[in-house]
Amino acid sequence: MLLYIIRRLVQSVLVMLTVALIAFTLFQFVGDPINNMVDQDTTLAERERIRKELGLDDPVIVQFWRFVENAARGEFGVSYRLKKPVAELIAERFPATLELSIISAILALGIGIPMGVYTALNRERWTAKLFMTLSLIGVSLPTFLIGIFLILIFGVQLRWLPTFGRGEVVDLGWWTTGLLTASGLKSLIMPSITLAVFQMTLIVRLVRAEMLEVLRTDYIRFARARGLKDRAIHFGHALKNTLVPVITIIGLQVGAIIAFAIITESVFQWPGMGLLFVQAISEVDIPVMAAYLMLIAFVFVVINLVVDILYVVIDPRLRTES
Amino acid sequence: MSDETALPEAAGRPDERPPSALARFLDSDLWWSFRRSPLVITAFLVTVLMIGAATFAPWVAPHDPFDLASLDLMDSLLPPAWLEGGDPRYLLGTDDQGRDILSTILYGARISLLVGFLSVILAMLIGVTIGLVAGYAGGVTDAVLMRIADIQLTFPAILIALLVDGVMRGILPPEAHEEVALFVLVLAIALSSWVQYARTVRSSTMVEKRKEYVQAAQVIGLPSARILVRHILPNVMGPVLVIATIQLALAIIIEATLSFLGVGVPPTSPSLGTLIRIGNDYLFSGEWWITVFPGLALIILVLAVNLLGDWLRDVLNPKLR
Amino acid sequence: MKTKLRSLALAGAAAAALLASAASAQEFRYAFQADAQSLDPHGLNETFTLGFLGNVYEGLTTYDADMNLVPALATKWEVVDPTTWRFELRKGVRFQEGQDFAADDVIFTWKRATSKESGQKARASLIKDIRKIDDYTIEITTPGPVPTLARELAWLYIMDKEWSTEHNATEAATPAQAGRENAYATTHANGTGPFIVVSREPDVKTVLKRNPNYWGQPKTNVQKVIFTPISQAATRVAALLSGQIDLAYPVPVQDWKRINAAPGVTALTGPEARTIFLGLDQWRDELTNSSVKGKNPFKDVRVRAAFAHAIDLNAIRDKIMRGASWPSGLMWAPQVNGYNPKMNTPYKYDPALSRKLLAEAGYPDGFTVGMDCPNNRYVNDEKICQAVASMLARVGIKVDLLAQPKSKFFAKVLASGGYDTPFYLLGWTPGSMDVHNVLSNLIVCRDKERNRGKYNLGGYCNKRVDELTDLIAAETDPARRQAYIDEAAAILQKEYGYIPLHQQPLSWGVSERVSVAQRADNVLDLRNVVVKE
Repeated sequence: MLLYIIRRLVQSVLVMLTVALIAFTLFQFVGDPINNMVDQDTTLAERERIRKELGLDDPVIVQFWRFVENAARGEFGVSYRLKKPVAELIAERFPATLELSIISAILALGIGIPMGVYTALNRERWTAKLFMTLSLIGVSLPTFLIGIFLILIFGVQLRWLPTFGRGEVVDLGWWTTGLLTASGLKSLIMPSITLAVFQMTLIVRLVRAEMLEVLRTDYIRFARARGLKDRAIHFGHALKNTLVPVITIIGLQVGAIIAFAIITESVFQWPGMGLLFVQAISEVDIPVMAAYLMLIAFVFVVINLVVDILYVVIDPRLRTES
Repeated sequence: MSDETALPEAAGRPDERPPSALARFLDSDLWWSFRRSPLVITAFLVTVLMIGAATFAPWVAPHDPFDLASLDLMDSLLPPAWLEGGDPRYLLGTDDQGRDILSTILYGARISLLVGFLSVILAMLIGVTIGLVAGYAGGVTDAVLMRIADIQLTFPAILIALLVDGVMRGILPPEAHEEVALFVLVLAIALSSWVQYARTVRSSTMVEKRKEYVQAAQVIGLPSARILVRHILPNVMGPVLVIATIQLALAIIIEATLSFLGVGVPPTSPSLGTLIRIGNDYLFSGEWWITVFPGLALIILVLAVNLLGDWLRDVLNPKLR
Repeated sequence: MKTKLRSLALAGAAAAALLASAASAQEFRYAFQADAQSLDPHGLNETFTLGFLGNVYEGLTTYDADMNLVPALATKWEVVDPTTWRFELRKGVRFQEGQDFAADDVIFTWKRATSKESGQKARASLIKDIRKIDDYTIEITTPGPVPTLARELAWLYIMDKEWSTEHNATEAATPAQAGRENAYATTHANGTGPFIVVSREPDVKTVLKRNPNYWGQPKTNVQKVIFTPISQAATRVAALLSGQIDLAYPVPVQDWKRINAAPGVTALTGPEARTIFLGLDQWRDELTNSSVKGKNPFKDVRVRAAFAHAIDLNAIRDKIMRGASWPSGLMWAPQVNGYNPKMNTPYKYDPALSRKLLAEAGYPDGFTVGMDCPNNRYVNDEKICQAVASMLARVGIKVDLLAQPKSKFFAKVLASGGYDTPFYLLGWTPGSMDVHNVLSNLIVCRDKERNRGKYNLGGYCNKRVDELTDLIAAETDPARRQAYIDEAAAILQKEYGYIPLHQQPLSWGVSERVSVAQRADNVLDLRNVVVKE
């Protein structure tokens, strides 16, 4: 088991290095960094001097290593657009995105998983069919349209909920939170629902499919043949065996939620990393793009690692395999 | 299996030489379940209608919104024809530049579908090739390819698409980017969605590989490429088509989302997503038709395609019903 | 022409504001479409950034709500001779961190504004030298007569010498240099103004609080200000309608009806002193991004005329601007000193004439040309460009429109991007509210040494206009000065050097909870904001 985890760790490091390579390539090929620092009338000699100073004439591999070192320390330089160190920007924006994502994830998983189980167990009931139809509509609704309609109805027509931003946040020094004020909580409602809907519908469908798959397996049939009660079969055996794929799904969906936050954040002007990233893309703000990429990759890698370890804990078969 | 994927429109023709492909199709589960479900028939008709109208937009649309010279600013912001102040020439009204909304939707759907189809085809080509190679070759090749797929799968499509678009934006000068924006988008979406195909095809290939007919072909010394394309490929195409249908809906949504975020196709040749973004400016001013109709068109199109995909998956994978 | 003050005087607490807001009394929350680019008052010469910083920093002079020039850090001034001005400085003024304000700070500020990265070089170069007579009296000499000097100085904000030296910020830093060691002032501020920067997250939120030691007695009763940039117009309007903010600007002109219909909010509108115009590259020998090769069609006045007569200003006003623009034949607005209504005749809309002119110039089938346009700078900027493109299409000109966010747009078309544009849309508000500012920035031949014509992106050049600009700068007799201005305007019009479109409207959405003054230069001066209790 230890070997298994070590192997996963090594793989994670490789993934991070690959992503770092992509981010580094961004710097290398997308625009000359010197041009972003000097004037039109800076002389060639001076440019060369700056180039030397910044170590841009070193061999590529040396530069790459320096980039990795800096990235590991969280240093990505200064945003071309906002003129502030990227690390500071990310530190300011990260809490907003994380709070939104966690609330949405709780919503999506908390509603999606039970609904998926329900629809799988009661396939023929009309409520299950209704849920399935609703989930299909949910999958077909682009996130940004949901956001726009929510704003129109609850923000502008009914004036119940704030339409943008995080409301009042409490600064804890190392973290800003909107969870401690009324306006902060109110501000969370629409964005988190918008973000949760698509993921939720996806989760319903995935959980249902997994559950059905398990219900078809031989041992469930044997259990039935042995005359065990439906209840015991469903919750004692089937659900337990659905857990492994469901954990995978959770892992994937948490990642997806952070990524989809990009859209929600632009619709609601939510001051998180996603908004920062979209604006960075439309204005080719490389340091921000690179930093966001590295950070998201890191989050994903950690999630995957946790999921992999959970596998081993839950499914004893994997233990012997490794 | 491959016969079942023939388009059901062909059903109109009388069958001549039984048991022809057509007869087998009519006798199949697919056709049977298709006929049985009014919802699926509706979805199918809607999809065909929208694809048809979009494909033939230049002939079907009442106006050409790209012919700038035909636009008259004085015709702008007209409401739908049935409302007060509407103009019968513009059934669904006009936008801020005097473009006919119905026509922009048709042309917009054309771009959306074009991006959707091209990116699905490209993703399929990449994914199927990688899947076949990985599944057939096995060993190190398989391990490496699937590791890449795993890594990529952890990154949501929308993020990868955004990133590819961002990189291209940096590499290309702005004018050039406008011209190739559509292809950048296709590439971005394709690169973000090939993994599903690869995984499915790989596992099917691994199953097929062990079957006798393949082993027989190997024994008589047929080249691997030939075995893959002629023998294994047709047998793994079923699931691929299911994925493709579902991916088409997803690709259309991703395109719309990127365009809505302003990093998709430029407003000079708007897709449905671009139209919604433009119309978004008019939500508060009462000109709701500029954004609502393209929004509805997008939802209906995606829903219809999703319904078809859902149904196809159920039929081709009866275990899951 | 006097500008209009529009202040809201609606009594009663707005029920709407109570709904979604947690705003305490004397807190003012507002949103603009973008953030101030930097806190360095000499980094960039941009209206919003300077207008915003004007609440924290101050110049020797300033404008009141009606755009009248009034004393600020100088109590009075006089013209000793045409090139010498004497300013008496205000005594007892302290910077927000406690340092005394005196003559040395003014001299330091001027030097800082001439430093390498300064965005205020043009303004600073109006001054040849500053002589300190005593701690509170200075004498400014100018290279030639500059009648508008006191007006220009309203935008040159005074920084403290001690503070800047202490923080290694003695040279101006452009926004692009922020984060480097000499750029302390891009993220920190220490002015003499009525508000102090408490916290700042670029692009998210800036919080200001009242300066308790402010020397003046401004009208405002606001103690705390929360400024949030909201880039999407729809979100900005929604935030206003839902009562989360007290003021949003700009709001789209098409939303005025909706805003006025909503309870507790009003659209506050009026003509802005900003003129929107089209410019053509008459400088390069071959146009960039055009189907015409080997020559530049815009060098031919007939082609420029054809473009001008193809554009229907009234249709743009009625449809895109919802009746809220003022078609213009001049490059300066009625509020600008030197404006003459007799000269303001817009080019006539005459597509037949355009086609004829194009044919005469050798382009009977028209040609293709690129166009650069910002999409988040002016009121409906991108929509205007699209309309221009379709109007030009009707006379055979195919326009390849490239609409970009302003940062990318400016990076491409301004001097720093090598004036890389064949055809563009731009807007201009003269900071000094005087025609000379327009002439010397936009219309004179580009002259790097004299720091003139820096924003003349198309490279229009006429020697007589250059001479007239110098004459206008020096002339103190109003009648003669006006004659020179009219002559320059006539030449520009005859040569189709630019195609003026209109003055755009000021378009603010304001909650009834507050009263504000809408200045014609679209600057929100917090000194004039009063929260009702």
